[in-house]
Amino acid sequence: MALDAKIPHGEMDKKWTDYKGHVKLVNPANKRKLEVIVVGTGLAGASAAASLGELGYKVKAFCFQDSPRRAHSIAAQGGINAAKNYQNDGDSVFRLFYDTVKGGDYRAREANVHRLAEVSTAIIDQCVAQGVPFAREYGGLLSNRSFGGTQVQRTFYAAGQTGQQLLLGAYSALERQVALGNVKMYTRHEMLDVVKIDDKARGIIARDLVSGELESHFGHAVLLCSGGYGNVFYLSTNAMGSNVTAAWKAHKKGAFFGNPCFTQIHPTCIPVSGDHQSKLTLMSESLRNDGRIWVPLKKGDNRNPKDIPENERDYYLERRYPAFGNLVPRDVASRAAKERCDEGYGVGTTKMAVYLDYKDAIVRYGKIEAGKSGKDNFSHEEIVALGKKVVEEKYGNLFEMYEKITGENPYETPMRIYPAVHYTMGGLWVDYELQTTVKGLYALGEANFSDHGANRLGASALMQGLADGYFVIPYTLGNYLADEIHTTSISTDHPAFAETKKAVADRLNTLINIKGTQTVESFHKRLGKIIWDKCGMARNEQGLKQAIEEVRALKKEFWSDVRIPGEVNAFNLELDKAGRVADLIELGELMCLDALDRNESCGGHFREESQTEDGEAKRDDVNYAYVAAWENKGESSWELHKEALNFEIVKPTQRSYK
Amino acid sequence: MEHYHMNLTLKVWRQKNSKEQGKLETYQVKDISSEMSFLEMFDVLNEQLIVEGKEPIAFDHDCREGICGMCSMYINGQAHGPWQQNTTCQLHMRAFKDGDTITVEPWRSKAFPVLKDLVVNRSAFDRIIQAGGYISVNTGNAVDANAIPIDKKDADDAFMAAACIGCGACVATCKNGSAMLFVGAKVSQLALLPQGGPERESRVLNMVAQMDKEGFGNCTNTYACEAECPKGISVSNIARLNSEYLKAGLTTETK
Ligand SMILES: Cc1cc2nc3c(=O)[nH]c(=O)nc-3n(C[C@H](O)[C@H](O)[C@H](O)COP(=O)(O)OP(=O)(O)OC[C@H]3O[C@@H](n4cnc5c(N)ncnc54)[C@H](O)[C@@H]3O)c2cc1C
Ligand code: SF4
Ligand code: FES
Repeated sequence: MALDAKIPHGEMDKKWTDYKGHVKLVNPANKRKLEVIVVGTGLAGASAAASLGELGYKVKAFCFQDSPRRAHSIAAQGGINAAKNYQNDGDSVFRLFYDTVKGGDYRAREANVHRLAEVSTAIIDQCVAQGVPFAREYGGLLSNRSFGGTQVQRTFYAAGQTGQQLLLGAYSALERQVALGNVKMYTRHEMLDVVKIDDKARGIIARDLVSGELESHFGHAVLLCSGGYGNVFYLSTNAMGSNVTAAWKAHKKGAFFGNPCFTQIHPTCIPVSGDHQSKLTLMSESLRNDGRIWVPLKKGDNRNPKDIPENERDYYLERRYPAFGNLVPRDVASRAAKERCDEGYGVGTTKMAVYLDYKDAIVRYGKIEAGKSGKDNFSHEEIVALGKKVVEEKYGNLFEMYEKITGENPYETPMRIYPAVHYTMGGLWVDYELQTTVKGLYALGEANFSDHGANRLGASALMQGLADGYFVIPYTLGNYLADEIHTTSISTDHPAFAETKKAVADRLNTLINIKGTQTVESFHKRLGKIIWDKCGMARNEQGLKQAIEEVRALKKEFWSDVRIPGEVNAFNLELDKAGRVADLIELGELMCLDALDRNESCGGHFREESQTEDGEAKRDDVNYAYVAAWENKGESSWELHKEALNFEIVKPTQRSYK
Repeated sequence: MEHYHMNLTLKVWRQKNSKEQGKLETYQVKDISSEMSFLEMFDVLNEQLIVEGKEPIAFDHDCREGICGMCSMYINGQAHGPWQQNTTCQLHMRAFKDGDTITVEPWRSKAFPVLKDLVVNRSAFDRIIQAGGYISVNTGNAVDANAIPIDKKDADDAFMAAACIGCGACVATCKNGSAMLFVGAKVSQLALLPQGGPERESRVLNMVAQMDKEGFGNCTNTYACEAECPKGISVSNIARLNSEYLKAGLTTETK
């Protein structure tokens, strides 16, 4: 099967407008007859379900939490990008497009990224109209901050709770459609398979997580908005429930998986404290705006950081990358931290941490505040007090979170941070219309592979999720459904539903009847360790080959020795988790396979075999300027398809932030 | 911070499903690190139970960083446990000492029936939002985001109210099982913003009507909700809710 990305012809900045001008439409009377299933109600799913409901489609939406308001999107902290250029600092749609393609290390599809940049501005308008309380300046206008990988201030934010506020906005729009009867919401439901009829996606099998019962649901089209798969690493900044099951089931039903090895390790997270650790907590990238990252100049320096004088500190990001300093993209910052710690300069009890210091920022802000007051006889203590207030306003909740977890006060002592898994650029392969390789099956938000190439810039995931849901899918889905108006709803008595449901039931029964000796959690931990060690911040051929063997062995062991208490037809959290871990194990194998195939370093994917003399990532555009789209061919078997990437506008150069 | 280890006795509410009666069961956990989170301590207990061939304790959680509002344990008689402005998932074991006995129960409220063990059904909150906790603006209808400046104070206050995570601790804490803090927070957020203006009256009336229908109790101003709210949502939001409600009642009567 040849991959067709369906990129519209014409000039880059006209493609989307032209597409919208010529796309097929569905008239309102027909929309009412068309049913759409939306799996996942995070930013991507909630915005899609609400917008499609508004248009008049009959929507059924699903999430596994007890309310759509709890999707993992809620945890996003730092902000959302948009090319508003409210700061008059030279931003534009072109610049956002350019930064994103470059930030993605030239492994994203230009046309998609351009569209993303174009619709970014409307997202902010929409959210403000919904009552999203973004941060504002005294004049009453919106405030912006800067984020890694860019030199303009284009990030909109609501303290350190941007994801929460955006999701609550989308959630309220969704609940409004529920009240109007346009959307039916199924909470505590988990989609466990896609139903295909005549090669088209026609519905899903979902499990009611309270009763344990399996249900069949028909849809003229199915949208997967199920988030990312960072939890393949066990420890990540993702919510505990985040998983790959929906995307993986689709993959096994014919949807190609794009760039699975492109995962993002975020540079600023609270370090691991012990074996009991169940998840890692992000300290928003926005902190790098004002904080300075350093390690002691001397190896194994155990002094209290406050006692280490300026000239004995190594601000290694500022040293290595003077142009971007602490604001280099995430992949670069993460590797630099790993490099220092591997060399023995790390701090804290585990020595796997670096300092993020707010001392200078507090003084800088304090001086600005003092200056504003018009008086000039402030003591250092007074300046510090004023500065702390500013920092608290900007980052208060993050500092509080840090203190709750570590018991240390970051206003006084520099924070200890270390990189952690955060985001997955890889995901289901989709074309320009967000359709997967299965007709009628779409993927939105973090679940697709589309816009971030090999590395995502900060504040761009929220933008992409909402772009997909509010402004892209309402057009592109119509283009498909316009030809479906003659398809009457298919009864869930159709044999395809019965067969798929039976397969799902069989699998659940198999799992629970293994009655082995090891817990699901213990398997998940072991999987995470394999992937983190061998397919994490640095990868090499030998390690990846080993990892593939180890994951295969783990899979075998899982299916012969896992222990799941309780019953199938009941509320059973261990069973839910077992199904997810089983899928993550299979995905882990594919990730390593993909990382092995890509013998170049790009973005978050660092192959040790491919680096420059000073240890920077070395891309190989001659051999690897493609999207790897993997087709599943049965147990542990895949075929690689390549979508060649053509760069018409942003010509690939070696990324430099020096 | 100094680290230490502890042995604890846990009394945990076990209930098979919404129909059967539940009761407190006693468990022992050993060698718990003061650096663990409270839920990680529960992970340890659950792993232990599975190995012993027993059913693990069902509890709600997801983000484990205090923002999704999913975790919901009533610990030693306090919603989300002993720390102020804190969720269950953010509570750390350094709040306890060796030999402590800790009692853990689900949220108790008529409007939040228990589904299993410590898991309750909070869908009543979603239905209250459906009744009016939104601004009716279809996708694509919006004006430029800077077209309407908003007083920074109002914007900040709206944000403070919007910080509610919908956890339900306020209801679980209130002796009347009132949801006034939750409803007040949403009504305030939207009343403080110019965008919320057009639907201001119908919103408050409909949300309060739905709240009553769900079986939440009345507010008798004891302010226990504010004390236990993990996000520090202020009771001034209840005052605003009351005044919005009165105003709306008066205007709709004359309309
Ligand atoms: C701590 C943290 C901070 C972040 N900060 C930022 C930031 O500042 N800026 C930024 O741009 N990005 C940020 N990100 C990334 C961003 O938050 C996510 O990429 C984005 O929110 C994902 O949205 P989504 O809608 O695709 O998926 P999610 O929000 O993950 O939603 C997934 C949905 O799918 C449902 N689901 C999944 N599987 C199934 C199934 N099988 N059946 C039924 N339902 C299912 C879930 O219930 C949920 O509703 C951050 C991420 C993390 C982890
Ligand atoms: S008001 Fe506070 S306690 Fe009540 S639901 Fe909101 S966050 Fe929870
Ligand atoms: S688990 Fe999300 S708030 Fe506690």
